[in-house]
Amino acid sequence: MTPLLEIRNLHATIDEQKILSGVDLTIYEGEVHAVMGPNASGKSTLAHILAGREGYEVTADLVTFQGADLLTMRPEDRARAGIFLAFQYPIEISGITISYFLKAALNAIRKHHGLEELDAIDFLTLIKDKMQFLEMDQNFLNRPVNEGFSGGEKKRHEILQMAVLEPTLAVLDETDSGLDIDALKVVANGINALRRKDRAMLLITHYQRLLSYIVPDYVHVLLGGRIVKSGGKELALTVEEKGYAWLEKEVQGTAPGQPIEGQSE
Amino acid sequence: MTSRKTFTDLGDQEYKYGFVTDIEEESAPRGLNEEIIRLISAKKNEPEFLLEWRLKAFRHWLTMKEPQWANVRRSPIDYQDIIYYSAPKTEKRPKSLDEVDPLLLATYQKLGIPLTEQKILAGVAVDAVFDSVSVATTYKEQLAKLGIIFCSFSEAVQQHPDLVKKYIGSVVPYTDNFFAALNSAVFSDGSFCYIPSGVRCPVELSTYFRINAPSLGQFERTLIIAEPGSYVSYLEGCTAPIRLETQLHAAVVELIANDHAQIKYSTVQNWFPGDREGRGGIYNFVTKRGKCQGVHSKISWTQVEAGSAITWKYPSVILQGDHSVGEFYSVALTTNRQQADTGSKMIHLGINTRSTILSKGISAGYGQNTYRGLVKILKRAKNSRNYTLCHSLLLGDRCGAHTFPSIEVHNSSSQVEHEASTTKIGEDQIFYCRQRGISAEDAVSLIVNGFCREIFHQLPMEFAVEAQKLLDISLEENIG
Repeated sequence: MTPLLEIRNLHATIDEQKILSGVDLTIYEGEVHAVMGPNASGKSTLAHILAGREGYEVTADLVTFQGADLLTMRPEDRARAGIFLAFQYPIEISGITISYFLKAALNAIRKHHGLEELDAIDFLTLIKDKMQFLEMDQNFLNRPVNEGFSGGEKKRHEILQMAVLEPTLAVLDETDSGLDIDALKVVANGINALRRKDRAMLLITHYQRLLSYIVPDYVHVLLGGRIVKSGGKELALTVEEKGYAWLEKEVQGTAPGQPIEGQSE
Repeated sequence: MTSRKTFTDLGDQEYKYGFVTDIEEESAPRGLNEEIIRLISAKKNEPEFLLEWRLKAFRHWLTMKEPQWANVRRSPIDYQDIIYYSAPKTEKRPKSLDEVDPLLLATYQKLGIPLTEQKILAGVAVDAVFDSVSVATTYKEQLAKLGIIFCSFSEAVQQHPDLVKKYIGSVVPYTDNFFAALNSAVFSDGSFCYIPSGVRCPVELSTYFRINAPSLGQFERTLIIAEPGSYVSYLEGCTAPIRLETQLHAAVVELIANDHAQIKYSTVQNWFPGDREGRGGIYNFVTKRGKCQGVHSKISWTQVEAGSAITWKYPSVILQGDHSVGEFYSVALTTNRQQADTGSKMIHLGINTRSTILSKGISAGYGQNTYRGLVKILKRAKNSRNYTLCHSLLLGDRCGAHTFPSIEVHNSSSQVEHEASTTKIGEDQIFYCRQRGISAEDAVSLIVNGFCREIFHQLPMEFAVEAQKLLDISLEENIG
């Protein structure tokens, strides 16, 4: 089986500062991976590079999505191909309602796949269903995109978009940050409901907390710009218990770009 | 594609309305003197009072100096090199649409003006001004039943000279400013609209202006009178063909609202903006002013200014009647080398008067956008209020936004609020949209439309759609 996403020896630099130095990661359909790491380890950079954010100098032996060369694709083409990034800090767009924005996005993606564009009524029917399980009020649709939203509302809005756009690979960048425990549960339930055999997820997080609610198949620890340890869900608990410091020690002496333990293949 | 490139190319838009209609025109010789004014007046068979008024305006104009205070750079205007009168050569005024030159109608169709019978059924009455003579006035008879007069200015001069005599220059006197004086001397045509007491005009009245002949200055004049308790919504749209020389457009619009009357005046202006290097284009120097003469009267200006090399205008309201309301809603877009110096004046004279100014400026390419406003509350205007909101959006790093607000309050019971902000369209915003599958150009259009939303809401439905399309066309091309 071809992997959904395959990354080999990914390096990234911004303003002459090295952020990623040899990341390897392989994700198959239906898998949920978590990438954990301390601040400034390169977690968010990895997420943004997958989504096509400009401004980084990127090199790699290989980065493919569904077998296609991902790095040459424009951000909108990646999104249309099925990559979705739930932003850590969702962006405000004044004057544009959520329903208008999401309909434009959904129709751009549908058009790409040769599907008919949805009209306002069909779209409303579709989105109302999706809103229910995220415990969102319908008035939400008439609010301008992310403007004046609380932290919880922003994150729920991201998950709503994911539910509507139905990606093949969802990259969730610190979706747990800024959420209280109740909001976290709602968001986690939403994400869990979106787990499917033909959809993979990449959870990016600093803390183990999120992983108690969304249990991953694989956990990777990103440190100093590369994945230094990979394992099952229990790795998250070890990290929680021991902190990242023990890994830092263990890593010393290993050649960059070499994962310490076997990857999830 | 880099984002820098996105912003650069936004300025590189092409003008889509730049065709020339090949129709024989009858023109006056270039230049301006009393003889030319007499010629214009004679061609239009005007009554003596109007010729006298034109001549007085001309003599006053000769004593005036061209104002230089606007925040714009431009080449000098040679007033003796302009043709002040030009009209399509037809034997007589057409009686119906069937008699109108089919070439003219085809031109209007290209512009998408609702001039055909079907469109009339859709409820729009159009008074189209082609160069200096009003070509066809539609829907007039139906309106006449309600006592509404909607016709070209020339026709009003013939049919309703008393009304013209009473109101012309009553809001914008010919002494008001250099360009108003020039217009008063040489104005060629325009629209006239009279709504009798208690009548609510059932359709949106619409004029479409178009400049066709080369080197022609267009000096139209519009006069709208709303009698007590009446209501009218008036739409004005403008385009001009591409020419490398600049053309002067100096119009005057006067609105008069009596007790409890309401006038809503909407403009979508898309005159030729000049080419990418800033050659050619329209100098759009316009005086627009409304007088809320009666108590509880209301005047609203809404404008979408997307064209012209230079736009220089301040649609204003004199709030004379107690409890009267003045509003100004504006979107001004400048791309390439376009410059706009625009805003509003709200002069509060009556007690408990209210005014609102919402101005949205968008600059791209090398475009320069200036908001200039005056809010003046006089001593008698107790308990008056003004709210001003002034937002600027910058696309790229070579354009500019400027704000010159003036506030004068002469009593202690009034309230004035002024809010202003300048934002740059964010790469974050564009990336967010693109990550959702929306293309870069659609993302820019989406963000700009969001920025203008409050203003578009003020436009009549059809016009709002047109305005949105216009901004899309102006911004969308050649990105990516």
